[in-house]
Amino acid sequence: MERMTVAKAMTECLKAEGITRLFGYPGAAICPFYDELYKSDIEHILVRHEVNAGHAASGYARMTGKPAVCVATSGPGALNLITAIATAYMDSVPMVIITGQVNSDQIGRDVFQEADITGSAEPFVKHSYLLNRPEDTAEVFKRAFYIAGTGRKGPVLIDVPCDVQKAEIDFEYPETVEIRSYRPSSKGNGFQIKRAVTSMLEAKKPLIIAGGGLFTGNGAELMRKLSEKLDIPVISTLMGLGAMPTDSPLYYGMLGMHGCEAAKCAVNNCDTLILLGARLSDRTSSPISRNNELVVIHIDIDPAEIGKSVAANVPIVGDISIVLGQLLEQLNSVEPQQHAEWKNQLDESRVDREPKPVEKGFVNPKWFIRELNKYLPNRSIAVADVGENQFWTASNIELKNGRFLTSGGMGTMGYSLPAAIGAKCAEPDAEVIAVCGDGSFQMEMPELATCVQHGISVKVIVMRNRYLGMVREHQTNFYGNRLYAVSLDGSPDYTKIADAYGIENMLVESEESAKEGIKRLISSDKPFLLEVAVPELIETIL
Amino acid sequence: MKHTISVLVENHAGVLARVAGLFARRGFNIDSLAVGVTDDVNVSRITIVADGSDYTLEQIEKQLNKLIDVIKVKTLSPESMVSRELVLIKVSCSPKQRSEIISICDLAHGKISDISANSVTMEISDNAQNLDTFEELLRPYGIKEIVRTGTIAIQKGEAAVTVRS
Ligand SMILES: Cc1ncc(C[n+]2csc(CCOP(=O)(O)OP(=O)(O)O)c2C)c(N)n1
Repeated sequence: MERMTVAKAMTECLKAEGITRLFGYPGAAICPFYDELYKSDIEHILVRHEVNAGHAASGYARMTGKPAVCVATSGPGALNLITAIATAYMDSVPMVIITGQVNSDQIGRDVFQEADITGSAEPFVKHSYLLNRPEDTAEVFKRAFYIAGTGRKGPVLIDVPCDVQKAEIDFEYPETVEIRSYRPSSKGNGFQIKRAVTSMLEAKKPLIIAGGGLFTGNGAELMRKLSEKLDIPVISTLMGLGAMPTDSPLYYGMLGMHGCEAAKCAVNNCDTLILLGARLSDRTSSPISRNNELVVIHIDIDPAEIGKSVAANVPIVGDISIVLGQLLEQLNSVEPQQHAEWKNQLDESRVDREPKPVEKGFVNPKWFIRELNKYLPNRSIAVADVGENQFWTASNIELKNGRFLTSGGMGTMGYSLPAAIGAKCAEPDAEVIAVCGDGSFQMEMPELATCVQHGISVKVIVMRNRYLGMVREHQTNFYGNRLYAVSLDGSPDYTKIADAYGIENMLVESEESAKEGIKRLISSDKPFLLEVAVPELIETIL
Repeated sequence: MKHTISVLVENHAGVLARVAGLFARRGFNIDSLAVGVTDDVNVSRITIVADGSDYTLEQIEKQLNKLIDVIKVKTLSPESMVSRELVLIKVSCSPKQRSEIISICDLAHGKISDISANSVTMEISDNAQNLDTFEELLRPYGIKEIVRTGTIAIQKGEAAVTVRS
């Protein structure tokens, strides 16, 4: 036990949780805590808008697998975080959010910069605390980290009134935590595991759908083992991209609204579907037609996801890495399987369209991403924004033990640069590339300053088509081509913007210059901005 | 279909808001809701009557279980539960009508809670259906006000929904 202020105790809690860095934006109501950060070894990365503190923490957490921390002040600061909280919640990203609050005796009186942040964020958090009793500090932090980082991971918010931060307490961080109403399951039910094994062995046309849960649950490698042992083809959701190396012969691409033919063929023809940490959102499951013969084995940490989108014959609730371990153990004595005929059928459905040549002065984005692949080192991290750029990247990027990050569930524009900043902080030695559109870039542009100020060498690729491309395409296809409020006329010269920040940059308008641009981008060890001129009316699916 | 769900929660500020918010944002309809503390002062019981298909019920149970403050969720089957609501009914009643109304009240095993010159207030606890019937019987006299609680329910026999069970 040691006597200290709550603010100091908060930094001690963070240290105990192994937090060495956080992302934030200060204000008066959180100043007591900032004053303790100042005295601590914890590094504070100053973003330029609170939402980006949230996205940066998200990128960081997705790389480390552990809860990352972001901080904001009361009222507008906290409210600015909400989109990032919701974005993290949708993609099951572990995060602890700390917000300042007005003094506890003023709560509920509409005082300056008061916002009910626990109430406003309620639909988007796994849990939240209003820390109004100073003596609860240690317990609340311990619980918050435990809840955020276990089970189906997600954001947990701690709102701390300014007077509470200044209060003195006897502090000791608990070693263990026990919440009687929260006991995430870990092992899969033995009976269901046996049933799953039987179904997998009986299957003539088995198929694995790899979801984002393989990353949050650390199961990608075991999934590959399972796939290889039983010769099971794998397709991926947007969030699961990279769980299977994209160059594996057993990999048949991404499923979903913007997915590829082979993946659609696979899902429509398989007889046994193994869902691994995939919740099958509406954008993913639309091409799945459920027939009575299809056997669905659904493995997920969250029981509420099982049976929500697709009825499951074999439901298994558990930690994906533990469940995959259980399955592999059962398969120990089984001979490796062969599904040559099934794979042949799928191989025939693979379509690889060469990128078409485009008008002079422009670069085909599909060609560009494929060219970029040639230079990307192993373990690179690609962060795609939202829009056409997201699917040009998702469909063409080669992931060699690297990662692909994007805002899948919420589709939040402006995610890529701040998330890339977070990812780069977590993996300073990896090449981290943010790919965005000119629309999304203008939402996150101020974060270039964060890169410069903190020496974070993120590479930014702006796919400039002078339109909110994906919405433009939607209007073209479904609203009689009445293009409205989608032109980005009036936008700045992006290379000049980079210049203004002192960031190296280049505009590329031909394949020739693009090759040079890619080389410069990869060889730079500083932040770099590459503006790629893509044809204005180019489609998502190329 | 109507489902009666017994939910044990930590007795914290904000728990009811979380439960109610969950129903609202996921489009689950609440017919009635009753909250009270249990024999353990740290635990409250929320009894919810909700309307929906079996799929909806399954999602309600699973989503409720995801709330950190929810300790236990149990749907009670209509055959094996005793369910009660309490109603306070005030009807217009001239002195001449009094004995008639009192006999209806007796019939329903109700109690007279208050009498004034031109009104009588009764209290009855029963299941929702019987209360509806009772209300209809009193309607001709002129109902001034009805106050009804949400349904509470308990399992028949020895089974119990508790933190330990
Ligand atoms: C915050 C937010 N606002 C609006 C949208 C709707 N939206 C989806 S894609 C898109 C266009 C994105 O344009 P741009 O960033 O230029 O990318 P492009 O589609 O041209 O590659 C918009 C506006 C969104 N997803 N997120």
